[in-house]
Parts: sequence; C-alpha cells; structure tokens
Amino acid sequence: MRLLYELDDEKKLFRKTVRDFSEQEIRPQVEHLWETGEFPYDIVRKMGELGILGIPFPEEYGGAGGDYLAYAIAVEELARVDGSCAITVEAHISLGTSPFYYYGSEEQKREWLVPLAQGRILGSFGLTEPEAGSDAGNTQTRAELAGGEWVINGTKCFITNPGTEMSGVVTLTVVTDTRPDGKKEISNIYVPKGTPGYNIAPKYKKMGWHASDTRELSFDDCRVPESNLIGKRGEGFKQFLDCLDGGRIAIAALAVGTAQGAFEESLGYARERKQFGRPIAAFQAIQFKLADMATEIEIARDVTYKAAAMRDAGVPHTKEAAMAKLFASEMCMRATTQAVQVHGGYGFMDEYAVSRFFRDAKILEIGEGTSEVQRMVIARELGLR
Amino acid sequence: MNMVVCVKRVPDTSESEVHIDASGKDIDKSRLSFGINECDNYAVEEAIQIKERLEGNVTVISLGGKDSDEVIRMALAKGGDDAIRLEDDAFAGGDALAVAKALAGAVKGLEYDIVFTGALTDDDGYAAVPVALAELLGVPHATYVKKVEILEPGKKAKVGRELEGGLMEFLEIDMPCVLGIQTGINEPRYASFKGIKQAAKKEIAVKSAADLGLDAADIGEAGSWAVLEQFTPPVVGEMAEILEGEPDETAAKLAGILKEKGLV
Repeated sequence: MRLLYELDDEKKLFRKTVRDFSEQEIRPQVEHLWETGEFPYDIVRKMGELGILGIPFPEEYGGAGGDYLAYAIAVEELARVDGSCAITVEAHISLGTSPFYYYGSEEQKREWLVPLAQGRILGSFGLTEPEAGSDAGNTQTRAELAGGEWVINGTKCFITNPGTEMSGVVTLTVVTDTRPDGKKEISNIYVPKGTPGYNIAPKYKKMGWHASDTRELSFDDCRVPESNLIGKRGEGFKQFLDCLDGGRIAIAALAVGTAQGAFEESLGYARERKQFGRPIAAFQAIQFKLADMATEIEIARDVTYKAAAMRDAGVPHTKEAAMAKLFASEMCMRATTQAVQVHGGYGFMDEYAVSRFFRDAKILEIGEGTSEVQRMVIARELGLR
Repeated sequence: MNMVVCVKRVPDTSESEVHIDASGKDIDKSRLSFGINECDNYAVEEAIQIKERLEGNVTVISLGGKDSDEVIRMALAKGGDDAIRLEDDAFAGGDALAVAKALAGAVKGLEYDIVFTGALTDDDGYAAVPVALAELLGVPHATYVKKVEILEPGKKAKVGRELEGGLMEFLEIDMPCVLGIQTGINEPRYASFKGIKQAAKKEIAVKSAADLGLDAADIGEAGSWAVLEQFTPPVVGEMAEILEGEPDETAAKLAGILKEKGLV
C-alpha cells in the first residue's frame, strides 16, 4: 500500500549524506565554533564540493539540480547539529543566490549564479535597515543613475554572509525613484565585494549563531554599472517577497532541525540522569515534555515539507510558507525551552548543547519576517485587510 | 579493472540498548537505525578510488531484502556502476558459508579482477565471508587489508594486512582475488548530490537463488555448517572481583593483582 506521502530514495539518501556529514565533519567543531565565533571555512568549502550550497539550482548553472524539499531537508539536518552552519547555507541559497536565479539575466547568471551555486563564493541579501525592519517599504538606501552608473548611499543591518573570505556579492533593495502614486520605487541591485564605497563593519556579537557571519553594511557613493540592476526597475519589492516565501520554508526547516537536535539531547539526558533513584525519563513529568516535543516537531516538519513541495510544484504557497515559518519557529522556542528544563541546572551551562539550541531558537521567531509579520501575511491570505 | 564490492546493511547498535527478541535467536531491531557495515564502507571507497585511477567498473552486490537498496544506492551514488541484490526466502538463516555461497553464485556470472568485502561485519562478526567466498570462487584472498597497490592491472597487486600491534604484513597477490578490507584503509567520501540523483534512477537487478542456479538445499539455513541456537546476554558479575576498602588500600590491592598477572 502506498503511504499518503513518503520521501523517495533520492531524498532519503540525501538526508543520510547530510546527516553523516553533519555528525562527522561539523559536530566535532561545534563547541569551538560557538566559543570562538570563527567562520567554519573548511566545513563551508566541503559543503560546496558536495553541492549543498547549490541544491535547488539547475546543473547548467552550477547547481546540484535538486528541489526545494531537498534543500529544506539539508538545512534541517545541518541545524540538528549546528545552527550557524545551517543559517550560512540558508542565507546563501534563499537570499544571496535566489535573486540571480529567479530574476537575473543570462549574463548575470553566468557571471554570478554559477560560482554562487558551485559554492565558490558566498552570497548575501541586504534588505533590513536601521529604519526598515518589518516595514520594508520604508527603505532609505538610495541608488541614483549618473553617467551609466548607480550611485548607492545608505546602510543595511543584520546581513548574513557578507564579510567572509568567501563572500562575493550582496544584492540590495534600494530606492531608485518615486512612483506616480507617491510610494518609493524599490529595485534590486547587486554590489560585488570590494567595490569602492561598499563598507563592511565588524561582526556583530550575537545571542546565538555565533559562527555565522552577520554584519552591518554601509554604502558611501558606491558606484556600480547600470547593468547591475536585477530584473526590472521597481520590481525589487515583488522579488524579495518571493525570495522570502522560499526563505521562510528554509527557516521553518532550520527550526525543525534545531528543535530535533534539542529533543535528541533531552531524550538521551533523561535516560541517563538519575534522581530519586530512577532515570528521570521514568517520570511522567519528563515523559510528557518529551512526548509534546516529539509531537510538535513532527507537525512542524510536515507543514514545512508540504510548503516546500508546493513551491516545487509551482503552486501559490505564500500562506503555507508563512504558516510553516510561524509554527515551526514558535514550536522551536517551546521545544528548546523544555529541553533546557529537562536538563535542569545543567541546561543553563554553556557546555550542554541545549543551552546553545535555546539561544539559537529565538532569532527564528524574528529573522526573515517576525512571527507578527507571518500572522499579518496569513491574515491577508485569509482575505482580511 | 573490473571490481565487485559486497555490502551488508546492518543495525547500528553503538548508541542504543540492545534486547534479545522473543525468538531468542535475534535482537529486537524495531527501534534501531540501519546503515552500511563499517568495513564495507571502506571497501566501497577502495574500489571507487581504484576505478578513478585505473578506469573500470564497480558492481555492488548485497544479500538482503528491499531495505538493503538504501546501502546499495549509497554505494552507487559514490561512484558504483551496477548493482545486484540477492533476495530469496531460501537465503534466510544462513551462516557465513551460506552467505559466501550466495555471493559466489552472483560473482561467478561477472567478469572480475578483485572482489572487495569488508573484513568482518558489525553484527555477526564471523570475519569468514571473504575467506569462504575466495575458496568457493577458487581464487586467492587476503583479509584485514589496509593497503592495496595495483602492480599490474588485472594481474597482480601488493596488499598490506594489518596484524596485531599495528604490524603490517605485505604480500603479492594474483588477480582475480578476494580482499577483505579493514577500516582506516582510506577516507570514505560523502556522496555528492549529483551522484545521489543519478543513483536514485539506476536499476538494481534483483536475483533469486534459482536465477543464480543455486539449489535451495545448499543455501540459507539448510546449506549452513553452523546453526545459530540462542543469544544470551552476558552474565553480570560472575567474573568480577570487587575490591573494598579505603582508596589507598584498594589501589594497593589493584596494583598487586595487575603485577601478579604480569600486566604492568
């Protein structure tokens, strides 16, 4: 009998490969990465060789020729071991590389998509600004055409992947004009790293994801050719909304993996830790926590895979992507909170993995659209305005 | 060079509690995860590396049910060319000899220079399949192989065998031959996404005992020389001597025992 759905052989093999890779190549380094915040170049380069940095892009453009579901599975498996590695891949694919794939010209694809998908360089996307977080329409960064060049001025914050030795390019949302209706005309323009006037600040110190590269970027009369416009002028808003639909699915997968990692730590600990002469796993109070965690993780995984499969099928999935991101990230916060609780005082100690999972979880309710924004998106999809 | 690699899907018992099942002849595998036998993973890598250096073909063979497709496909994803899975109720309950008979039946139909197996399996650990397989095929063998150097493709190889205490024994071996590969001989690769995509589409030829021309009375439990009777958990405590007293007293007693037994 056929199951309602089941991962095919390709997905199962790929999951196994990423899991083995995460266990053997990443896990031994997790504590070091957390403590030092060093960017994991060796891990990221190896992921590039395996095709992980270009999973959902066609082979003709240097990608692995996989789909979004395979990509979600990879992010989930990476996050199960280390959130920093997972977000590095997620931001590179969903945000840094996707604009070139979906909207780039053939020439831009050849020049940028190929090395990005091959994992030879890392990509970034600059949307958020000090005054434009959830209110992305309030973008202040401007680009003005002068003598066949865009002259860019402004500041972007909380940008992932721009400052590593592997970083190659950032795509920015910029205001290029005022529309007839008085609103800002927002376009996407890419800026190669090393362009004069493109300044990269030192790494932020963060609550979690210590080893991922997150920085503030500023542009000071930064000039790039007119041809660095991605897609059409004024399409920037539409482009990044679509990229974010995909990104939200991947963040949901990241939340599922983070929760799964915390759950497995808790299950193992509960079996070993003895109190009142018995493993704490023998107490219903702990069993119910673990049962709730396992249940919620399963639900979040299902809704995430469903949204990914819808994206792969090319059907509208804005609502499902937002639902997956909202539920999975909030589930992850609950699950990692309970994971610390199962560990008691030890869970508060740095050397216990659950303390890292707990701190990595919070950003998932914020990045690529806060929970509040997800609820707005879902409400709008329900026809509420 | 034509190569054959024999792989087995085994339960991973390294981090799980193991319980004997109701039959008393097996362990309860319902909550265990499975994967390729560790030595076999190195055998696959060795064959693929030789193929990449000298060209040729790698055929992956596994004895087992449909579940074994997963380990076969992973070997294909890493660079294997063809695959055969041996499935028949008649193969059930076989010892190492019976397993070797089934594998030999499949290998005989192929052109081969080297048959790779793992040196032993993580589950049964008989370490007898490569030897029995070589005898049945009438070719030379080497076990616990930790180095392979092809001297003349298709004709002669130099192999290093790992002995006690890290000692290596080198010998020249004529092809065709069977090599039982030890862990650590190489660094097994991860399959690339591209490799996985190709492997997922490849056909795995499923063959029964009859397809291989094997007589059901000569294979599986019927064709085994050793028959598994019972699993028993290790008896706790019988051999243990508990030292009692203050730490310095127990330490002195322990040192005395170790000296007496010539261990220090």
